[in-house]
Amino acid sequence: MLLAVQGFLASIGAAVLGLCRATGSVVLFAVSGVSHIFRPPFYFGELGRQLLRIGFFSLPVVGLTALFTGGALALQIFAGGSRFNAESVVPSIVAIGMVRELGPVLGGLMVAGRVSASIAAELGTMRVTEQIDALTTLSTNPMKFLVAPRLLAATIALPLLVLVGDIIGIMGGFLVGVGRLEFNPATYINTTVDFLEVGDVTSGLVKAAVFGFIVALMGCYQGYNSGRGAQGVGRATTNAVVSASVLILAANYMLTEVFFTA
Amino acid sequence: MTPRIEMKDVQKSFGAKHVLRGVNLSIAPGESMVIIGGSGTGKSVALKCVLGLIQPDAGQILVDGKPNTSGNRDEFLARFGMLFQGAALFDSVSVWENVAFRLRRGKQKLPKADAREIAIEKLRRVGLTPDVADLFPAELSGGMQKRVGLARAIASEPEIIFFDEPTTGLDPIMSGVINELVRELVTEIGATAMTITHDMTSVRAIADTVAMIHDGKIRWTGPIGDLDTSPDPYVDQFIHGRATGPIEAVR
Repeated sequence: MLLAVQGFLASIGAAVLGLCRATGSVVLFAVSGVSHIFRPPFYFGELGRQLLRIGFFSLPVVGLTALFTGGALALQIFAGGSRFNAESVVPSIVAIGMVRELGPVLGGLMVAGRVSASIAAELGTMRVTEQIDALTTLSTNPMKFLVAPRLLAATIALPLLVLVGDIIGIMGGFLVGVGRLEFNPATYINTTVDFLEVGDVTSGLVKAAVFGFIVALMGCYQGYNSGRGAQGVGRATTNAVVSASVLILAANYMLTEVFFTA
Repeated sequence: MTPRIEMKDVQKSFGAKHVLRGVNLSIAPGESMVIIGGSGTGKSVALKCVLGLIQPDAGQILVDGKPNTSGNRDEFLARFGMLFQGAALFDSVSVWENVAFRLRRGKQKLPKADAREIAIEKLRRVGLTPDVADLFPAELSGGMQKRVGLARAIASEPEIIFFDEPTTGLDPIMSGVINELVRELVTEIGATAMTITHDMTSVRAIADTVAMIHDGKIRWTGPIGDLDTSPDPYVDQFIHGRATGPIEAVR
């Protein structure tokens, strides 16, 4: 009995130590990656390529997600609001909901699925095929050449993506509001503009920047430390998406708490 | 004469697995040393320790009498060229950009046109035509990828070149071509070469001296001419490819 209890406690201890080790390792990796963003040489070409890949090529995914979410949100708020004769809040709640919460979170999660996996698979394959070692032997620091541009590009690209997503999401709500719920177009737009504050937009964009950093960090970390073979790369890709998604949701709560109390 | 590369009692473990158990090795300037040994005996780890890609747990590695961890890292690495086992070409850039990768970076950065010209010259040197320059690595055969890797390794005319299993995965004819190229290039550049392989044809084509590594230690070292008459039973079993002997077939 005593041995079983000891074994149970030991397994909890081992899991906690493992979590602490992994957290420390991610933090050190992040610090190293960020420090390389500010130290020369700078790879502007690589940064441009990553901006295009992470930002521009994620536009369809983020745009479509925002469009349908905005539409669904309008229907849900209308259904809920009609229970106490508050149908008129649809435009303002759609706008605030999209800009403060759903735009950054759903945008972050969609980009996590698309970009985090792609970065982890790319860097993992480079690790397995010794391309990362080859970079080092060619006097090129892999943290500077591979990690720093991806971290910076995702941190810049995600707020821009979310900004576009917010506009498309509000447009989705507008299309449903006007086409299906018989709102007056001018009234809908006026209500949206009147209720939306600068702080709503900026808080969403700050969240998006943090989520962008998380997406790139987890993709880079998992790929860079990928295990051997196809299985190692597969595991790195899965871990990247799962860890980025969970961290985005956790960071979202913490940032909302900060903005809510501010 | 100060050896170009010297390993003194180098040890490295990965968890409970002791890969290097005290490697002692010395390579003279201009010498082509081939390290032979079975799979998993620590050949690649020893090579990566010299480059600083893996940090040894104990021991010392000297390059021209100085520790490999001292001085400017970029300047240190600029003295080396390396052909990786799978060529390790960068998928996202073209063949010529792979070859000219080092030439386009650092203090000695060359203009694009000059770097491309050198890359094409190096490609020609390893038997590839200029039309290959604009292709991507995925469009090349295994043998062509190895040649591009070779061109990249010699692009900056390094003093020391490492070849990690240069003929693995190639047919016998292509292996012969690569072996000849390696030997010619090392002689032509006057570089010190360190090759790891278990292909005996490569050993005989490339080596001035041979070292055999087994169980994380150098078992035997000597000139290529003495390899066949070595009294060491491990060397004898390895070079004749016998299943029975002191080296266990199941490792």
